[in-house]
Amino acid sequence: MKSQTAIDQQTVIKRKMRSELWKRIDRNKLLYLMILPGLIYFLIFKYAPMWGLVIAFQDYQPYLGVMGSEWVGLEHFRTLFSDPWFWTIFKNTLLLFLFNLLFFFPIPIILALMLNEVRLQFFKRTVQTMVYIPHFMSWVIIVSISFVMLTKDGGIINDLIAMLGFEKINFLLSSEWFRPMYILQVIWREAGWGTIIYLAAIAAVDPQLYEAARMDGAGRFRQIWHITLPAIRSVIVILLILKIGDILELGFEHVYLLLNPMNRDVAEIFDTFVYTTGLQQGNYSYSAAVGFFKSIIGLILVVLANRLAKKFGEEGVY
Amino acid sequence: MVQDKTWGSRLFDIFNYILLTVVALVTILPFIHVIAGSFATVKEVTQKSFLLIPTEFTLDAYRYIFSTDTILRSLFVSIGITIIGTLFSMFLTTMMAYGLSRRDLDGRRVIMFMVVFTMLFNGGMIPTFLVVKAMGLIDSYMALILPTAINAFNLIIMRNFFQNLPAGLEEAAKIDGCNDIGILFRIVLPLSKPVLATISLFYAVTYWNTYMNAILYLNDPTKWPIQVVLRQIVILASGMSVDGAAFDPDFVAPPEQTVKMAVIVVATVPVLLVYPFLQKYFAKGALLGSIKD
Repeated sequence: MKSQTAIDQQTVIKRKMRSELWKRIDRNKLLYLMILPGLIYFLIFKYAPMWGLVIAFQDYQPYLGVMGSEWVGLEHFRTLFSDPWFWTIFKNTLLLFLFNLLFFFPIPIILALMLNEVRLQFFKRTVQTMVYIPHFMSWVIIVSISFVMLTKDGGIINDLIAMLGFEKINFLLSSEWFRPMYILQVIWREAGWGTIIYLAAIAAVDPQLYEAARMDGAGRFRQIWHITLPAIRSVIVILLILKIGDILELGFEHVYLLLNPMNRDVAEIFDTFVYTTGLQQGNYSYSAAVGFFKSIIGLILVVLANRLAKKFGEEGVY
Repeated sequence: MVQDKTWGSRLFDIFNYILLTVVALVTILPFIHVIAGSFATVKEVTQKSFLLIPTEFTLDAYRYIFSTDTILRSLFVSIGITIIGTLFSMFLTTMMAYGLSRRDLDGRRVIMFMVVFTMLFNGGMIPTFLVVKAMGLIDSYMALILPTAINAFNLIIMRNFFQNLPAGLEEAAKIDGCNDIGILFRIVLPLSKPVLATISLFYAVTYWNTYMNAILYLNDPTKWPIQVVLRQIVILASGMSVDGAAFDPDFVAPPEQTVKMAVIVVATVPVLLVYPFLQKYFAKGALLGSIKD
């Protein structure tokens, strides 16, 4: 049984805290005003679409709207999982991701380690300047340049192949060349840019560590192995987590530009499928269900990868 | 740093330099090949007599692609979108980043989480399309700007930069009777030139490269930015009359390859022009914001 005065005191303190908060908010009126336009942007273009995902559980009709359309529960997902084409897309997406992980992910790390060993500052800067360039080019430009170089009529690569006496290869319209082409373009565009974050992490290493290692007779490779690599381990882990979260985000633009009827069986991925069924054929609900499935998997994977990293004593992303 | 001069170490260096040189060359040779090819004459193209640098130069391909309005108009669209979009994005991003950088702001963690969450999860293409449609933005140039007006990553980088400025400055300005807007424009922004330049250039390059928004939201070919026109001409090989523009029939068309290369060059050059400025800043660590709070 509390005495009356104690209760009074509590309400007074509560009131005081509330008025303090109001005072602070009032004092920061202008700051809230500054945040407001950006906040409105996020609400309209990022959070409204999340709410719009409910159409994946409806038979959405544009003229009825989200509020008026009929609910169909998990029907679209049932259709989805029983569609053999869905599993083809799933396989394609997964394979491209694995290609990414195996053939692209290590390259910026290796490049950064190589650049870090260069003592001639001018040489290092020149190489960096060159390898960053493609990152600032759109996928349209990257794919266009690849096209004019790989085409059978007059492309330099096929001219060289013919000069060496081999059969010309139809890179652009074949299933078996799609994945290598995709991954080479990813490497060309992003490998150089990917080194930045690793180089920054390496820059924080204490030079005395290298001195000490040399005293102990460690060669260049052993210095890299025992000092440089451990120094960037946590950065590698963080980027790996982010990469796993993007398992299904392979870049709509890039794949869509390479996609054609001849390579559809290996090149069609979730994003391109959503675009063609949703926006070109108007199956909004069905394609939203595919997109929803993709986003949820991505979210779950980020959380899992993050947990895993923390378990192994690394810092996570969040 | 003392260099060890063992043979193994020297060999390591030699290999390292050679490999890095090869990597750098392989990265930029395709660009050089395309730029050179766009100036090549019919004779040299048909005889395949050059690989990298043609001996005779001609502007035929450029004359040809600028002989109709298609390329010029799409360039004009891209330049407009880039300038207006960058200004708009910078305004929104700077304001929001500064607000979120102030530690005395209630609710800042919640808003920050809202921003980061959009990096992990999004509604996806279809619901976003329906929102843009509901806003009445289909076939309007604003559809290339509004849906991607703020990049969460850029916002976080900028906020971290503002947060690392000495707090004493703001305090002093406050005592002198400056309000928050005054502090931002008189104190914070003048000290933030590197990050402002970097993020502006990032936005500018992104707007210049805009392609997905255009194919999602613009049905009218006369409104297409350069990237979409480039795809039509080079990848879909639809010839030069993307929007049904008529050519002068007396015009002898240069080889298809050189025409395509010329269009690629036109779309590439603006980025190459701002690149040196970009490069000056981004390596300075302006980018090393982490998501951690």
